[in-house]
Amino acid sequence: MESVLELRDISKHYPTHRAVNGVTLNIARGEFFSLLGPSGCGKTTTLRMIAGFEEPTSGEIRLNGAAIQHLKPYQRNVSTVFQNYALFPHLTVQQNVEFGLRRKGENDIGRRVREVLELVQLSGKESRRPTEISGGERQRVALARSLVLAPDVLLLDEPLSALDPNLRKQVRAELKNIQRRVGITFLFVTHDQEEALSLSDRLGVMHAGVLEQTGTPEDVYLRPSTKFVASFLGAVNWINGVGIRPEVTRVAKLAPDQGLRSHPATVVHSTFLGNCVHIETRLDDGQLAVAEVPRTTTSFAPGERVHLWWQPADELNFK
Amino acid sequence: MNRLRAWFLAPSWAVILLLFLFPMLIILAYSLLTRGTYGGISLPWSLESYQRFADPIYLGILWRSFWIAGASTVISLLLGFPLALFISRAGKRKNLYLSLVILPFWTSFLVRTYAWMFLLRDTGLINSTLQKLGIIHDPLPLLYNDGAVILGLVYGYLPFMVLPLFGTLERLDRNLLEAAADLGARPWATLLRVVLPLSAPGIRAGVILVFIPCLGAYLTPDLLGGGKSVMIGNLIQNQFTTARDWPFGSAISLALMAVVMLLLIAFVRRDEEGLL
Repeated sequence: MESVLELRDISKHYPTHRAVNGVTLNIARGEFFSLLGPSGCGKTTTLRMIAGFEEPTSGEIRLNGAAIQHLKPYQRNVSTVFQNYALFPHLTVQQNVEFGLRRKGENDIGRRVREVLELVQLSGKESRRPTEISGGERQRVALARSLVLAPDVLLLDEPLSALDPNLRKQVRAELKNIQRRVGITFLFVTHDQEEALSLSDRLGVMHAGVLEQTGTPEDVYLRPSTKFVASFLGAVNWINGVGIRPEVTRVAKLAPDQGLRSHPATVVHSTFLGNCVHIETRLDDGQLAVAEVPRTTTSFAPGERVHLWWQPADELNFK
Repeated sequence: MNRLRAWFLAPSWAVILLLFLFPMLIILAYSLLTRGTYGGISLPWSLESYQRFADPIYLGILWRSFWIAGASTVISLLLGFPLALFISRAGKRKNLYLSLVILPFWTSFLVRTYAWMFLLRDTGLINSTLQKLGIIHDPLPLLYNDGAVILGLVYGYLPFMVLPLFGTLERLDRNLLEAAADLGARPWATLLRVVLPLSAPGIRAGVILVFIPCLGAYLTPDLLGGGKSVMIGNLIQNQFTTARDWPFGSAISLALMAVVMLLLIAFVRRDEEGLL
């Protein structure tokens, strides 16, 4: 795959801390790539360096093969969807979407705005102001305003975090759908692992300014390269230094057959979650471990001695 | 409950009635009376003072006042906007710069205006320095003209432009500026298309706060304009002092207030239509 965006060993150091430390990354044209990590991990700083709001302390950013790290934001063919959308409050939806086209002196503005508003299903709201539309609609205006410029890479800075949880899942699906239709490369920054896993073709996990792992959602979830990646992407039981995800951890009253791994434990309590049951247990060394099991499984009483078991292939191994 | 409310509101009403409405009524009554022989007022009631104000000489002074106040306001805006923008972006130094803007208020306006006279007069600091440097031979006519009056007004009222502008510019969402640059706007386009329209409330407040006191100014035109640069404020002042024509002074005061009111209403209307 041809890369549209390359980050080569970029760093951003502030007097008091190092926000980004030697991040190298290639993003293929048309890809939906997520940068995932907790707040303060450097993912937003990375995005802002690509957009041109921050200049890297060192390293190179290449867009279509050309170095862009010294260009101003208005000289780069990338566009940002801001976390708070940053819509111009004094302009209508139509004028917000036209803004970039007019600044770049493009032709055929009327048609292009009409098409993009249709794409994000905002036809009929052209003359509204940002204060007169809903949060979900504002998010779509921000998306349309950037998409209409056909950027090489669309940068999205936690665009779903301002929406309420019900709306978030719906907008997530729409976002993926729109990305497939327009074929523009999306670089999506989020701290929500479910968002990153469900949306991305590939994702990168950042921690303390360092890109710890990149790969497909399956790669990073099933074969995390560090303990941080393993626990950031989902719950992990640490049993004798080995990581096992709760959904592959099983509970039995008797010690299992040979060929399986197992460890004795005491049931603390069970929680019924509708689609499954969480059985929380305590290992003899005091650590807690959770098994996520189908609700048809035999019930276990608190205080009962049990055996946790799992397939060797399900163990998470780190280099 | 309502009675309690009324009691608490009573002091405010008393202030409004005693200090604003009542004096206005006195001025209105004076303006409709006849000039007394030794100043003051006497009967009969008459509209003569208002009729006199329609004289081209006085209308000329009114027009001139508008012109000088307008020019001072425009210059204050042109100077104040970049200054307010700079202060709003000054980070930690913001408070220092703001206090520098307010610092002149620590001394009397009269003293500061005299200071300008010392700078601007023929033997003043500016002219003598330029002469010593050999740049000019004869002193430049810096004092006692409209330019000096406008300079004095801009100097005196610039803080009233800067402070409301600073207020709106500081609240301006920095993300909007980044968004504009991100969408391809160069710095000038961002200034014209985003910063300027969004600071309209501050511009409007600043214009009102500078224009109205400039229009009624009498100290600055008196000291810096000499006898030549008479503004409406001087005309009013004269009626109560040397000319001893209280009814005429009152009539001009009210006429000026009426004009300002009409302008303000028009200005606010325009705002509601979102034109500025």
